[in-house]
Amino acid sequence: MSTAIRETQKMIEEVLEGYPEKTRKARAGHLAANDPGGECSTCRVKSNVKSRPGVMTVRGCAYAGSKGVVWGPVKDQITVSHGPVGCGQYSWWARRNYYNGMTGIDTFGTMHITTDFQERDIVYGGDKALEAALNELRELMPLARGIGILSECPVGLIGDDIEAVAKKVSAEFGYPIVPVRCEGFRGVSQSLGHHIANDTIRDHVLGKGSMEKSTPYDVALIGDYNIGGDAWASRKMLEEMGLRVIAQWTGDASVNELGIAQKSKLNLIHCYRSMNYICRHMEEKYGIPWVEFNFFGPTKIYQSLRKIASYFDDSIKENAEKMIEKYKPVMDAVIEKYRPRLRDKKVMLYVGGLRPRHTIGAYEDLGMEVVASGYEFGHDDDYRRTYPEMKEGAVIMDDATLYELEEFTRRLRPDMVGSGIKEKYSYHKMGVPFRQMHSWDYSGPYHGFDGFPVFARDMDMTVNSPTWKLIRRKR
Amino acid sequence: MRQIAVYGKGGIGKSTTSQNVVAGLSEAGYKCMIVGCDPKADATRLILHKKAQTTVMDLARERGSVEDLEIEEVLLTGYRNIRCAESGGPEPGVGCAGRGVITAINFLEENGAYEADTDFVFYDVLGDVVCGGFAMPIREGKAKEIYIVTSGEMMAMYAANNISRGILKYAQSGGVRLGGLICNSRKTDKEYELISELARRLNTQMIHFIPRDNEVQRAELRRMTVIEYSPGHPQADEYRALARKIAENKNLVIPTPLSMDELEGLLMDFGILESEDAAV
Repeated sequence: MSTAIRETQKMIEEVLEGYPEKTRKARAGHLAANDPGGECSTCRVKSNVKSRPGVMTVRGCAYAGSKGVVWGPVKDQITVSHGPVGCGQYSWWARRNYYNGMTGIDTFGTMHITTDFQERDIVYGGDKALEAALNELRELMPLARGIGILSECPVGLIGDDIEAVAKKVSAEFGYPIVPVRCEGFRGVSQSLGHHIANDTIRDHVLGKGSMEKSTPYDVALIGDYNIGGDAWASRKMLEEMGLRVIAQWTGDASVNELGIAQKSKLNLIHCYRSMNYICRHMEEKYGIPWVEFNFFGPTKIYQSLRKIASYFDDSIKENAEKMIEKYKPVMDAVIEKYRPRLRDKKVMLYVGGLRPRHTIGAYEDLGMEVVASGYEFGHDDDYRRTYPEMKEGAVIMDDATLYELEEFTRRLRPDMVGSGIKEKYSYHKMGVPFRQMHSWDYSGPYHGFDGFPVFARDMDMTVNSPTWKLIRRKR
Repeated sequence: MRQIAVYGKGGIGKSTTSQNVVAGLSEAGYKCMIVGCDPKADATRLILHKKAQTTVMDLARERGSVEDLEIEEVLLTGYRNIRCAESGGPEPGVGCAGRGVITAINFLEENGAYEADTDFVFYDVLGDVVCGGFAMPIREGKAKEIYIVTSGEMMAMYAANNISRGILKYAQSGGVRLGGLICNSRKTDKEYELISELARRLNTQMIHFIPRDNEVQRAELRRMTVIEYSPGHPQADEYRALARKIAENKNLVIPTPLSMDELEGLLMDFGILESEDAAV
């Protein structure tokens, strides 16, 4: 065992000492020193299990996964938060999934629709209120192409039959009404919500869209939610390669796009955690291969372009090389500008299910080092993809608690922390430069050749802001 | 004020028994109130002489919420000034009737239905304690005294034993006590002895054995208690006796529920269940 691993393990043990014995034992399995080679048996973390009561987890719920992540961005579908008003209100437009269209006319992404349960809906059941709401929506928004019914907790508790309402109304409306059983008490995190949402796409929409003609270069962009325009930056590149993007899931997506992805020649999956399920399904049922790719930072972009091109003929491969040649000077100029300002800066990441590993390359392109990284809701396959990406002895955290995040920050002294809105202000109070890495802190895109200059600028702005000199950093 | 909850297997005669008991208590000069906790809303019909009274939840549904109700609309007065309320709730298979009970009782409390000079409040609760909502009457220090209506039929005894388990839970956390078993006779074999013994095993008493009599049926068809319909009938005296026993009852206990094996053993001891039958 290397010194780096041993030292990190010692630090983790010190942090764990702050817990009572039972919690210490339970949490120990979720924190590890990284071993890229995979020889150290104690260097693998446990994941996807219930959070420990009493610690401050930042995880979301199944509804957050289904509504906030997968279904919410579909633009010509109306997403109904079915239940009391709070869940919909607090998740309203939280991820900035950009789209083209006239909101309220043919697209509905930024609108917040809820059935607004009252006590009587709980006691007498909410099915009638739901049906009435659906009928109102059809009248108000005739250009909608689908409606998703996203179940909140109470709907599951009282056992409302939303499937029956959806089935009945769907036949009348002539477009999919999708009942999504994503009650928040199900599962251990938002991860189950992704899975449930994938299953409902499979059962209610996939294979039901129409597409006029096929080409040998048809691909589907899966698991890109177009946060701050990410999917547009990626799509542009794929098109420049000579590929035809027939569907974007689900950033700036239409219901029809969800219905035709099975016609693609290759599924390109960005967020593996939230959409691998549907890719596996399309592979099994339609024989469509899928490939993971990473468009954060030039190193990963070049690798990914070549990897994607390898599935196609020489013309695409040549295009990929041409693109790399064309954009490399632009990327090099970005690096040249920001690297001197960011070199050797240490980063700590704690994000959802993809970015803890996918953004590492982009930081490294700028000369920064990710010294700790963790997932809110990653599974074992995510961690297996993470270990090789990080340096030996880096900290790997699963479902980290606020206490652990603070303690690791105190000990590792990162120059910036990238995490979510719940962590942002406690870090500001600690005097630590912080970047909101779920929705890019109102910035973006970060994907692709368009995104990297924005990413580099934002990280520089965060780390080197003169503001931090005015705040005494907590020791 | 003594608050009393009446539980028992569905169809065992909870509503009939409690309304007759309340009629008996009123006749003896006590001021009484009945709160029906069953979506069927049939706990007050014999007192009010109508099919079903306006319930708290049904009216709240019509108006929008319970805040839109006045207490007089749902708290009605019937035979001998007995005051009556029904929680109401959904038809079978939808919604959450338990939540309806919680909302309705909270509404009654907040709006002063429990007047200080009331002597007895009777909660007539749906068949079994299926969820937290139906335990509402015995939570938070409301009803502290419970009577279980049963008969010599096996399923009624199973239910009585199950309800005792629920009482045990609330006995430990909230001071709820079992006042006794009321045997509403179905004329099964050795019924009196069997229920007396079950009561003994549950650490309680069979407070009264109500014989089966068609006069109850005749009174019910006229939407009346036996005490009102035929005050001179012997069956009316049975209910008066039960009312007096409840009023005087000091034997309030924490029940000792039986295991399934013990309950079947009891039935075997009385020769009702053969050991070969139990094996099947």
